[in-house]
Amino acid sequence: MITTDILIIGAGPTGLFTVFEAGLLKLKCHLIDALPQAGGQCSEIYPKKPIYDIPAYPEILAGDLTKNLLEQIKQFEPGFTFGERAETIDKQEDGTFIVTTNKGTKHHAKIVAIAGGLGSFEPRKPLIPNIADFEDKGVEYMIKEPEFYRDKKVVISGGGDSALDWAIFLSDIASEVTLIHRRNEFRGALDSVEKVQELKNLGKINLITPAEVKGILGTDKVTGVAVEKKGEDAFIVDTDHFIPLFGLSPKLGPIGNWGLEIEKNAIKVNNALDYQTNIPGVYAIGDVNTYPGKLKLILCGFHEATLMCQSAYKRIFPDKKYVMKYTTVGGVDGFDGTRKEAPKAVVKAIQ
Amino acid sequence: MQDINIKITDRNGVTHDVVAPTDMAMNLMEVVRSYELAEEGTIGICGGMAMCASCQCYVNSDHNLPEMTDDEDAMLAEAFNVEDNSRLGCQIQMTPELEGLEVELAPED
Repeated sequence: MITTDILIIGAGPTGLFTVFEAGLLKLKCHLIDALPQAGGQCSEIYPKKPIYDIPAYPEILAGDLTKNLLEQIKQFEPGFTFGERAETIDKQEDGTFIVTTNKGTKHHAKIVAIAGGLGSFEPRKPLIPNIADFEDKGVEYMIKEPEFYRDKKVVISGGGDSALDWAIFLSDIASEVTLIHRRNEFRGALDSVEKVQELKNLGKINLITPAEVKGILGTDKVTGVAVEKKGEDAFIVDTDHFIPLFGLSPKLGPIGNWGLEIEKNAIKVNNALDYQTNIPGVYAIGDVNTYPGKLKLILCGFHEATLMCQSAYKRIFPDKKYVMKYTTVGGVDGFDGTRKEAPKAVVKAIQ
Repeated sequence: MQDINIKITDRNGVTHDVVAPTDMAMNLMEVVRSYELAEEGTIGICGGMAMCASCQCYVNSDHNLPEMTDDEDAMLAEAFNVEDNSRLGCQIQMTPELEGLEVELAPED
């Protein structure tokens, strides 16, 4: 069981900044994210794109924003559960919560802050009628363990970076790699595209374009896929695995069943006070929440995180006297023993 | 400044006559959102960068639309339910030339 003060669901910019504001109040944080890395949409969708409305940054790349936030919070030693999706929440008799992920990891926290953005990123599944019958029986939407494909025949479909990168990677592991894409053109980093071309010329990747996988063959596991080239009859490619890589799309998912008030695919919160949901002790901040006048902006998420932490502190320590302190005055004391503070002015006479 | 009249058929098959401003740098995806013709969180997920296909629509009138950029073209190559008249709503700016435009939102995937 992972124990923390504030359990943050979602490691995007809002979730990451929450760690900082909580840390100033000496509250420890742990984050859960369905993605394998921090940054949320900023890492998954647009890491190389600039953002122009982060105060005091005339321009910053989304990837750099994530990097900076991780640097800003590191002294507060947040814990991370990556690659798992928060599935259930159970309120305990003492008012604390246990949140369990889809892999069964349990997190015990005094406060839950949902900073889930548009939801957890789930793979986009191609529209092949019998595909669901073969999930985990030869159809995988994500590659978790490349060795799994050792000496196997693999068909990958998709035209983006992940399709290209995995085709390259698996060409050394699998006995046969076929890459199928609807166009002749691929959208990916130039060197990945060139590498696939090179491997195709060497006969290490079998490239079929412009084409689409239209059906899956097999009885209890995948034995082949039916491929259709534009304007031609379908043909069969024998394979042990079919890996469609069409990117990820966010879904609110299990959080929608937690008994929270949902409006327009977002969680209703009290914006007059502290961004608490209808469940006391559960807050929703950033793009995942809604209230009159809500704007889904990173800078609004930062503000919401800040007020939410103050409220969380009062909930955990109802009788403690506390006033907010400026970091310039109070400095920043990390849980790792480090201290940042403003340099002291010298008092010295000038002769 | 000039407003244009366009017809948008939502994902339930209902056609809406809407008025779109041409002076607010709005694109079709944003018009759909401003009229709440698709559920929030199911359209414009990437914010309008042609990096998801949640605003895919079918153009049913014969307007001269802006050329597809490589980004839009590549994104549609990875989208589902794509037809010959598919476009990404976020890449269609509202201009006076689009008076009378008729579009249908593609299903959510």
